[in-house]
Amino acid sequence: MKTIQAHNLRKTYKGGVQALDGLSFEVEAGTIFGLVGPNGAGKSTAVKILTTLSRADSGEARVAGLDVVGDAERVRRSIGVVGQKTGLDPDSTGRENLQMQAEIYGLHGTERRARVRELLERFGLADADRRLAKTYSGGMQRRLDVALGLVHRPKVLFLDEPTTGLDPEVRAELWREIERLALDEEMTILLTTHYLEEADRLASRLAIVDRGRVVAEGTPDELKRELRGDTIHFELVESGNGDAAAALVELSGVSDVSVDGRTVRARAVDGAAAIPSLISALEQGGLKVASATVARPSLDDVYLQHAGRSFKPNETNQEEVEVAA
Amino acid sequence: MRALRDTRQVALRYIRAILRQPAWIGISLVQPVIWLLLFGALFKRTADIPGFTGGSYIEFLTPGVVVMLAVSAAGFVGMGFIEDINRGTMDRLLVSPIWRGALNLGSVAQAVLSIVIQSMIVISLSLLVGAHFRNGLAGVAVLVGLAGLLGAVFASLSNGVAVLARQRETLIGVVTMVTLPLTFLSSALMQHSLLPGWIRWAAKFNPVNWAAEAGRSATAASPDWNLIGTRIGFLALLLVASAAFATRAFNSYQRSI
Repeated sequence: MKTIQAHNLRKTYKGGVQALDGLSFEVEAGTIFGLVGPNGAGKSTAVKILTTLSRADSGEARVAGLDVVGDAERVRRSIGVVGQKTGLDPDSTGRENLQMQAEIYGLHGTERRARVRELLERFGLADADRRLAKTYSGGMQRRLDVALGLVHRPKVLFLDEPTTGLDPEVRAELWREIERLALDEEMTILLTTHYLEEADRLASRLAIVDRGRVVAEGTPDELKRELRGDTIHFELVESGNGDAAAALVELSGVSDVSVDGRTVRARAVDGAAAIPSLISALEQGGLKVASATVARPSLDDVYLQHAGRSFKPNETNQEEVEVAA
Repeated sequence: MRALRDTRQVALRYIRAILRQPAWIGISLVQPVIWLLLFGALFKRTADIPGFTGGSYIEFLTPGVVVMLAVSAAGFVGMGFIEDINRGTMDRLLVSPIWRGALNLGSVAQAVLSIVIQSMIVISLSLLVGAHFRNGLAGVAVLVGLAGLLGAVFASLSNGVAVLARQRETLIGVVTMVTLPLTFLSSALMQHSLLPGWIRWAAKFNPVNWAAEAGRSATAASPDWNLIGTRIGFLALLLVASAAFATRAFNSYQRSI
């Protein structure tokens, strides 16, 4: 059964920015599905449409078998949403946040009290339940956000970049929690992320989104298998030019050569065996190699292959760069 | 039932937030005192103007200050919505099955509560400095009710503008531009018969004036219940329209994101 269906979604914002350009994908019940792509790829817009927050200009979307426009009210009852921005109320305590959320979803009295207590304990917030949420650490706030999304035991959970801005330890902890939700509670989870390793680890299927459409879809292994062979990176002593690429392309068994400043990337069936001939080809072209690395294909390479651009930290995660600066 | 329950949850949240800001409480309690005493001193000689029939100026002024406070407090209620939108709280509520009307009405309920308390402070203070409200408790209750009703109208308008503009500066600009002229195009500070003709004409269409004249009449020796009733009716209609506007504004917000 398909729990989430997006069909040919299009949306253009005022001012002419086209966020979605015919986005389609389907998510099987009880699985974690990853939407992967850089900022501005359209992931968040897709989540907003599927969660009834926003509307597509055209196309169709169904969640839990319900149309997100015609049946918005029932869709809202079936889904849990953890948005990219924190949705908690900083001027309320953790407990008050959960209590209000429970009331809104129709849990009252003892039922509400039991559910709130259960979530506070499960997310390690029981000792901080009477502190204002604005005094929580980033990790605690994110856990409260997830708890808020789970109050009514939704069957479908949307996680929009849940780990952006979290430190690695907190991120790993949240990953374990997400895995548990899919496994123990048989939830269908749609996860958007620009961390390829996150999608690789959590999602059983994923779609790579670029400029508002899906450019590749499959299991992480399938996508990586598409790229036969290894990825080879060379660091040059000085910046290269097109000649370097030209020299490499002529070698047999080498493909997908690209040059970016001092970095040269190429793929070869057996990376280790290909390195000597590649180095000599580069040096014949007058380019000195400072270092060479061989790697098994990663989702980053898959992304590069399909989107035609690399997945560099400085263009994929501005938020993190700002935090670091 | 659900509408009430949701509204109560939203109201409780905003009330809690306000109770946790001691500075805000302090300012809201002191502000009515300053206004009443300052306007009272500034316009004291108004009572000497030939044709002034309002008795002591403080008695005349009190309903006007109550109404002005209601408008000024309600105008900035939309700030809460802008904060909620900026930090994502509003989006969380909008993807929940909460009754849409509760978002505005809950926030309005908090505003009305603050306005009722502020009004009672002003009235107590003016009693303390010697004012007599000839119509007793009933008249005072009607005045406080009118302030709350007017406040609810302006709070709803503020919320609607906040959702559409989503920028503090815009909201501040709109509120400043609208509230001061509305206050002065009314009989809040000056007896109706002493107003220039064109202001008297404009005041007919001014909700601030509706509340001011009805509130003043209610506290006078012989209230004009016909006037009070129709003004309450106008304000109630306006409240329905402005609450609908604030709630509908979310549709426009959701289309834009």
